[in-house]
Parts: sequence; C-alpha cells; structure tokens
Amino acid sequence: MINAIIEVFPVLMRGINITITVFIFSAIFSYLFAFIAGLCRVSNNKFVRGGTGVYVEIFRGTSLIVQLFWLYYAIPMLFDVGIDNRLMAGVLAISLNYGAYMSEIVRGSILAVEKGQTEASIALNLSRAQRMRIVIFPQALRMMLPEFGNYLIQILKATSLVSLIGMTDILYHGNILRSTNLSAAPTVYLLLLIFYFIMALPLIFLTRKGEQISKRGVAS
Amino acid sequence: MNINWKWDMFFEAFPYILQGIWVTVGLTFACFLFALLFGFVWVFLRRIKFKPVNWLVTWVMEFIRSTPPLIQLFFIYYAWPMIPGIGVSLTSFESAILGLGIHFSTYIGEVYRSGIEGVDKGQWEASTALNFSTRQKWTKIILPQAIPPTIPMLGNYLIIMFKEVPLASTIGVVGILALAQTYGTDNFRMLESYTIVALIFLLLSYPSAILINKLEKKLNRRFDKKAAIQENKGAVV
Repeated sequence: MINAIIEVFPVLMRGINITITVFIFSAIFSYLFAFIAGLCRVSNNKFVRGGTGVYVEIFRGTSLIVQLFWLYYAIPMLFDVGIDNRLMAGVLAISLNYGAYMSEIVRGSILAVEKGQTEASIALNLSRAQRMRIVIFPQALRMMLPEFGNYLIQILKATSLVSLIGMTDILYHGNILRSTNLSAAPTVYLLLLIFYFIMALPLIFLTRKGEQISKRGVAS
Repeated sequence: MNINWKWDMFFEAFPYILQGIWVTVGLTFACFLFALLFGFVWVFLRRIKFKPVNWLVTWVMEFIRSTPPLIQLFFIYYAWPMIPGIGVSLTSFESAILGLGIHFSTYIGEVYRSGIEGVDKGQWEASTALNFSTRQKWTKIILPQAIPPTIPMLGNYLIIMFKEVPLASTIGVVGILALAQTYGTDNFRMLESYTIVALIFLLLSYPSAILINKLEKKLNRRFDKKAAIQENKGAVV
C-alpha cells in the first residue's frame, strides 16, 4: 500500500497546478458573473431584467457537463472559429453555470433587505445608485456569505470535470495511471478524493466563518 | 464569420438522441429513490449520542459532500472491484445509482434533519405522555409532520440530480449525452447533437422547476412559517 502511494502520488501532483488554476479563475469569474447578473435582475429596465433572466434560466436548466461540452466542441463549429483554449472553455463553462446559480442568491438577498431601508434612504435623499451602494448592498452582502461559501465548494467539485475536455488536471493523470495499471485504481481514486477533501477543508471552515459573520448582530 | 448550423442534421439527430431519454430519466429516479432511502440512514446515524461515532459520521458526510461526484463514480466503477476482500464488480448503471445516490443522500439527510428539527418539541413530549413506543413516535407522530414540508426541497434535489446524471456517461451509461457524443463523433456534427442535449434538459427541467415552485407556495400556505424557514436553507446544490 505504501509503495503504491509513493508511486502514484507524484504522478497526480503533476496535475495539481491545473486544478488549482481552474478553481481560482472559476471562482473569480463566478462571483463576477453572479454580481453582474444579480444586479441586472433587480434593474428597473425591463429588457435588462428579461435578458439576464433568460441567461440564468438557460444555465440553471441544463447541466454543467453539457454546457462544458457545448462550449468546447459546439461553439467552434458554430462560428468556425474556436475556443481553442481549454482553460478558457473550462473556466467559462464553470463560471457561467455557477454565476447563474449565485446570481439568484444575490438577487434574493437584495430583495430580502427590509423595505424600510429603501424608504429611509429615499427620505434621506440618496440617489438610486447611492441607495444600492451605501445602504442596500452592504446589508445584502452579509446575507449572501453562507451560500457563497457553499458554492465555493461546489465550484471546487466542478473543476474535476475539466479533465473530460482533455485538460491535464489531477483526475486526468489519475485516469491515465488507471488505464495503464488497473490494480492501481483504488490507490489512485482514494488519493484523488483525499486531495479534493484537503482542498475543500479551508473552504468548509470559510463557509462556517461566513455563517457566523452573517448571523452576528442580527436579531432573527 | 459564417454560421454553420444544419437543420437537416438537427432533425436527423433528434430522434436518435431522444432514445436515451429513458435511461437518463430512469437513472435519475433510481438515484433519487436510493438517496431518499439512504438519507434516513444518515439521519439515524447522526442521532447516535456517542461522541466519537457522531464525530465520525459528521466528517464522513462532509467528505462525501465536498469531493467531486465524478471521482466517486470512478472509484465505485473502477476501484471498488479491485479492492481485495470487499470488492464487488458492478455494471455502469448500478455504479451510477450507488455513486450519485450516496452523494446526494448526504444532502437529503440534511433536508430530513431540518424537517425533523422543525417539528414542535411539544409533539415529542405529548407522544411520550401518551405512552407511544419509540417506533410509534417516529412513524405516527414525528415523520408524518416532518417530511411533507420538505417535499419542495426534495423536488429541487430531484431536478439537481437530473442535471448530474449525465456524469454517468463517463463510466458508460448510455443516456442522451452518450448518444449525442456517439452521433457527434460519427457524423462530425458536435454542434447540433450537443445543442439537442441542452434543449432536452432545458425542456424537462425548466417546467419541473416551475411546478415545484408552485407546489412550494401551496405548501407554504399550508405549513405556514415552518416551510418558509426551510425554503431559505434549500438553495444549496
């Protein structure tokens, strides 16, 4: 067993860079899309609201793996020019998908801020932008924290899919190892699961922290 | 930039890919059923008061939940048969049921738990006062009140699982995604075939989501505040 681990471990480590890169980029862009789409969905403009709604429903209504394949294999065919870049296709698919999910959190939190806050800021003669920036958004943000933490773990889990479009992440190296030596499979996949769990641990604690922060000083 | 879409290919591929729908939908329901049953196992394991057991169960659940279902599928399909002693070789369909079922049972267990915690404490006390046995307490008093308010959340998980089921194509379950891959590579038409898959998913999951939303509102009226609290917790995938 120990020998097997010593043999497998360095091979998997070759893919760790890619996994972490994909995760970090996906997380950043997911939040970006979530905030943009979430704010668009509470916009006054009917077309902005409707257009973003279509984006959100399409990406929430289909599965990530289908979106990933669609972006990587279908888009290049549609326009004859390609997303040749696997990293771009992978990150884009994950962040468009989770951006859509999280935009609902953003929208829900903004709508959950008490009406009186809006009324009070109108009474204080704040402009619409100021109202959102100074009064509503900071209160909404803390409500978003626990869910945002949960989605961070989901995004981490989703990064394993990029091996399916040929990115050489840890799962890709693991699969190659398994295909050459089937008896190594238990070690390979157990190590992969432990890898992912170790990467998820800080996120789990971050989520708990987020829950604490969002509860602090709020009468429920 | 010229747009390269072929309608004849679309209509040729559609019936071919649609053949896989029964496998995809069937697998979804099989996984869901498994998760529904296995969810109860987590609930009762977590109720064991013995500290080390409780700690272990909590972390095992956390482990299953925070690692990718794709790798769990590979583990069950490729690695489990290789483990001497306890190894069992499963078909790809069975592996998918087990893998996705266990993965989502950890979420469903939490849903049950929130439902059980939502039952008023007085109900426990009253059933003790009325001399119900432990089994009767659960089957006659607590669960009938705990589970119905969680139905919309369970419905949400059904839709989420439907969208995770195409992962099973990676271990050889021939649902719509696998058929689209075959058709796409055989005819060099990835565009139409993957678009069809996306369309089928959208057509099935979007109306179901609306349906569940309606159901939720209806039940909210019935179960009042209790369900409204749980609704807020239910958004996690």
